Amino acid sequence: MSSPISRRKFSSVSRREVLKLTPMVALGAFAIPKLQKPLLKGGLAVSDWASAKLFRSGRLAPTFDDSEVTPFSKFPINDYDVDDPEVDLEHWTLNVSGAVQKAGEYTLAQIQAFPKITQNTRHLCVEGWDVIGRFGGTRLSDFLNSIGADPAARFVSVECADDYYESLDMPTAMHRQTLLCYEMYDQPLTREHGAPLRLQIPTKVGYKQAKYLTRLTVSHVIDRVGYWEDQGYSSFYGL
Amino acid sequence: MATRAIAIEDVKSGEQSEAVYEHPFVVRLCHWLNAICLFVMVGSGLQIFRAFPSFGAKIPQKDLLHWPKAFALGGWLGGALQWHLTFMWIYIATGLLYVGYQVFSGNYKQVLFVRRDIPGIWPMVRHYFFFGPKPPAREAYNPLQKHAYTSAIGLGALSVLTGIAIWKPVQFSWLASLMGGFHWARLWHFLIMWALLAFVFGHLVMVVLHGWNNFVSMFTGWKKDPEYRVQ
Repeated sequence: MSSPISRRKFSSVSRREVLKLTPMVALGAFAIPKLQKPLLKGGLAVSDWASAKLFRSGRLAPTFDDSEVTPFSKFPINDYDVDDPEVDLEHWTLNVSGAVQKAGEYTLAQIQAFPKITQNTRHLCVEGWDVIGRFGGTRLSDFLNSIGADPAARFVSVECADDYYESLDMPTAMHRQTLLCYEMYDQPLTREHGAPLRLQIPTKVGYKQAKYLTRLTVSHVIDRVGYWEDQGYSSFYGL
Repeated sequence: MATRAIAIEDVKSGEQSEAVYEHPFVVRLCHWLNAICLFVMVGSGLQIFRAFPSFGAKIPQKDLLHWPKAFALGGWLGGALQWHLTFMWIYIATGLLYVGYQVFSGNYKQVLFVRRDIPGIWPMVRHYFFFGPKPPAREAYNPLQKHAYTSAIGLGALSVLTGIAIWKPVQFSWLASLMGGFHWARLWHFLIMWALLAFVFGHLVMVVLHGWNNFVSMFTGWKKDPEYRVQ
């Protein structure tokens, strides 16, 4: 042991060691109401950035045997407004616009003309519950390719009959399990589940699976992300 | 491993005491960062849990418990997710910094529970819980402390891994499978939180029992009048 030091010297040594910790006070910014919101928004943006980097186009969501599918009656119906926005199914068309070569109105028959994909995948709600559903539809990528969507565009956004709206990053939109879904459990979509057309994206959380689609837009920039995202939920929320 | 010790002399009385440098700066920094992170992660995690307080089906939903909103952080699910997804990065970074520092500095020997600590477990348990004699202290941490701290680090790692499994059950589907599937991963994540809270409770009780010098050492690094002699 080295030669003794005075009490006073020890106090100053100790004090210096405590002062080294002071940069931690910066975290106190999270407790300041004015700074809290932008800081948390920034933190969520970092998470979304990392999520987009973690996304692998070739990585498929797990698929399940028919025996593992949740019964249709136990598939929850989630809305933000009404179960049935009373879509006129007879005259329904999907309005397509934006960075595409063939903009215009598309009928359900035109969308159903593409190869039908049927998949049993997990529907995971942001709240934490999940169900395994059976979904059928057209690959969004097939549809986007056929309408000549600009491959350099960054977003596919949709609007719904109940004023809900959503958007997808292009890599997720082009994922082979991402569907323009018109069937659940081998039956045409029921009104509560989004008739006649909804999004079904096994690589995204539930609130991205918009129902009752009316418009689809391909774009380079979006001024709003989605109904829940614009209230503070994750913009990307890839699974 | 050389622990630094100094003698302190009272100029007036000439009385001598001793202090040891027990907690290097990085360890202290990580300790307090982690304390804040745990507070935020647990608080926001419980708010997230409130959105679906069950580990079964959605229909019919059988709630496990109704956690009071007053003991949760974030106000609503979206707010809690913002806290959780922001502080998880600080939590992970702190964990990596801590483990990296301990390994590269060799300081891990102070705290890592190893085989030769096993025989010392029972005497410590007897002392703490059954009023047995106090085993002589030879180093900063007794075998039971080492076991608790080593377990806590393990639980921290598991909290991150189970968290990743439920945050990214597609990109890291293998991780979820390893834990028995998505539902199990979510349950493990929840149980690990309680295990960490149990550790924190025991830790705080011990801090109270071991007095002021011990508490202050996590700020200054220096512990006055240690119970053990530094070789």
